[in-house]
Amino acid sequence: MSILEIKGVSKRFGGLKALDDVNISVAENAVHAIIGPNGAGKSTLLNCLVGKLIPDTGSVTFQGQSLLGIKPHQINQMGVSRVFQTPEIFGDLSVWENVLIPLFARRDGAFRMHAFETIANEADICDKAEQMLIDVNMQDKMHMHAASLSRGDKRRLEMAMCLSQEPKLLLLDEPTAGMARADTNNTIDLLKEIQASRNITMAIIEHDMHVVFSLAERVTVMAQGTPLVEDTPDNIKGHPKVQEAYLGGH
Amino acid sequence: MLGLGKKDIALFMIVALLTLLAPFILNPFPEGSELAQFNAGYPDLMQRFVIFGIFAIGFNILFGLTGYLSFGHAAFLGVGSYAAIWMMKLLTMNVIPAIIMAVIVAGLFSVLVGYISLRRSGIYFAILTLAFAQMSYALAYSVLTPITGGETGLQPKVSDPRLFDGALAEGATPQANLFGLDMGASYEMAVGNWLFTFNAGYYVAAAVMLASFYVAIRIFRSPFGIMLRAVKSNQQRMNYTGLNSKPYTLAAFVISGMYAGLAGGLMVAMDTQVGPERMFWTASGEVVLMTILGGAGTLIGPVLGAGMIKYMENIVSKINSDILHTWFAFLPDGLEDVLVAMVYPFVGKGWHLTLGIVFMLVVIFLPGGLVEGGQRIMNLFRRKKRAGDDSTPAPKSHPAE
Repeated sequence: MSILEIKGVSKRFGGLKALDDVNISVAENAVHAIIGPNGAGKSTLLNCLVGKLIPDTGSVTFQGQSLLGIKPHQINQMGVSRVFQTPEIFGDLSVWENVLIPLFARRDGAFRMHAFETIANEADICDKAEQMLIDVNMQDKMHMHAASLSRGDKRRLEMAMCLSQEPKLLLLDEPTAGMARADTNNTIDLLKEIQASRNITMAIIEHDMHVVFSLAERVTVMAQGTPLVEDTPDNIKGHPKVQEAYLGGH
Repeated sequence: MLGLGKKDIALFMIVALLTLLAPFILNPFPEGSELAQFNAGYPDLMQRFVIFGIFAIGFNILFGLTGYLSFGHAAFLGVGSYAAIWMMKLLTMNVIPAIIMAVIVAGLFSVLVGYISLRRSGIYFAILTLAFAQMSYALAYSVLTPITGGETGLQPKVSDPRLFDGALAEGATPQANLFGLDMGASYEMAVGNWLFTFNAGYYVAAAVMLASFYVAIRIFRSPFGIMLRAVKSNQQRMNYTGLNSKPYTLAAFVISGMYAGLAGGLMVAMDTQVGPERMFWTASGEVVLMTILGGAGTLIGPVLGAGMIKYMENIVSKINSDILHTWFAFLPDGLEDVLVAMVYPFVGKGWHLTLGIVFMLVVIFLPGGLVEGGQRIMNLFRRKKRAGDDSTPAPKSHPAE
C-alpha cells in the first residue's frame, strides 16, 4: 500500500520544464530512493512534496490527503519530516533545546502560548528528548551549542529532531552530501537502524550510489524532469536506460 | 520558587535589592561636595531608570529573543501615555486604571502594527515599524489634535469630568495618586551630609518594574521563550518542524508593545503631561541603543543599558565648562585650559558624543553588551582563582599504595 502518491506532476520555471509528468508511488515502510544527474528535477520534486513549491499540474497525496497548497508546517503536522542537504538545526540553541522544540511541536501543534510553563515541569517531553539523544548517541553533547557540533553530529541531531516527532514519512535530501566516507557509512548505519527499529517510510534523494544501493528497496531514476525507470536496486544497476542517462557517466 | 531556577532567583533578588536600595546606592556623594553632581538618587531620574528599564525589558523580548528589530516601539509608549492621560481626565487620577488602559490600548495598537509589519522581516520590517511610529507622531501633531492636544499635549485639568473623583477646588492641581498616595510624595532622610529621598512614585514604578522583570524571566525560560529563540535561529527549520513562526513573532511583538504601553502609562503616572515628542523616531532608536548597549537577549542587559543611557543623559549632560574648570583647578592655568577644551566636547550638550563612542566601543569589543563585559571580568577572576587553587598542592584523598 502506498503512503505517498505523486501523479502527473509538472512544474515549469519560465521556459524551463523542471518536472514533466512525474508519477511515483512510495510504498508504506519502504525506503524509496530518487536518483538522477544534476538538473534531473529531484530537488524541485522534493520541494513540491513539502509545500515549498506548488506544481503546475498533477497531484501529490499523502495517506490519501492532498499536499498541494498546504504550508510546510501543516505538512509536518500531518507526519512528514524533512532532512536537508545541509543540516538545518537551531544553531544558537543547545542540543537539548533542539530536540525539545520538535517534541513540543508534535504535542502542542503549530502554536501554543506556553509562556508561563517551565521546561522542568514537562517530565514527559524531557524524558522523550533524553531517550532520543541516547538513541542517536549524543547524550554527552546535550549541553553543547548546536552550532559548535561537527557536521556528522549536526546531521545526527537533525535526524534526532525529525525522528522525535515519530514521522510517518521521512524525506531526506542528499543526507550524506559533503560527508567523508566514514561519516557517510555512519549515516547509512543510522538510517538502517532507524528503518529497522521504527518502520518509517523514507524517500531519499541521493547522488551517492553507495548510499542508494545500501539502503533503498526501490529506486526511481530521473532525467530531465521525468522518471526514466523504477525498479529494485539490483535491476537498476544493469538497466540500459539508466546506464545511458546516469550511471554510464560514472 | 515562583517557577524560577536558583540562578534566576539570585538574579531577581539582586535586582530587587538594588531597586529597593536605589535611593542610597545612587546617592554615594555627600550634598554640597564637588562630586554631588554625580548623584542620581533623585526621584525624577530614578523613575526614569525603572520606566525605561521596563521599556527595554519588553523590547528585548522582541529583539533579543526573535531578532526582529523594531524601530517604532516609541509609538506604543506614546499611545500608552495618551490612553493613561485620558483615563486621568475621564475617570480618576488613581494611576491603576490609567496604567491598565495604557497596556490594553498599546497592546491593541501593537496587534495592528505587528500584523502588518511582520509580513516582512529584516530591514523591511524595521522600516515598516519606523513608518508606523512616524505616522503616529505626525497624526498626534496634526489631525488627531482633538485627542492628543497637538503640540502642547495633554495634562489633567480641574475642569475634566473625572467620574470617580470628587470635584477639585478652582486653582487646585490634579495629582496622580495610588488610592490617595500622592505619586509626588517624598520622604527625605538626612544622614550626616547625605540626603536620601524616598519617593512614592519611584517605588510604585519600581514594583511594576520588578513584576515586569519577573514576567520576562518566566517568558525567557518557558517553552514559548525557546520557540522565540528558534525564530531568531532558523525559521526554515522551525516551519519544517511543524511550527508556525508567524503567531510566535506576533505574540512577542504584542507583549513588547504592551511593555512599552506600561512604560508609557507609568510615565504619565509620574509626570501628568503628555506630548507627541515621546513617539518621535529618536525615542524608538533610544530603546534599541539601551538593549544593544546592555546586551540583547540577556535578562539584565536592557535594564543596565537603560540605566546607563539615562544616567548619561541626565548627569553627564549637566557638566559644563565651569565644573570642568573646578575639576582641573589644581593644574597650571595653561594646562587646565587645554584639558577643559579637550574634555568639554564630550560633556554637557556633547554627551551624545560620549554615548556614541561608548556605544561603538561596546559593539566592537563587547558584542554581548555590558553583560558580556561583566561575564569576561567574572571569568578573569575565576581563572585567577583556579590558577591559585592549582598552585597549592592538592590534599591527598587516597592513601598511597
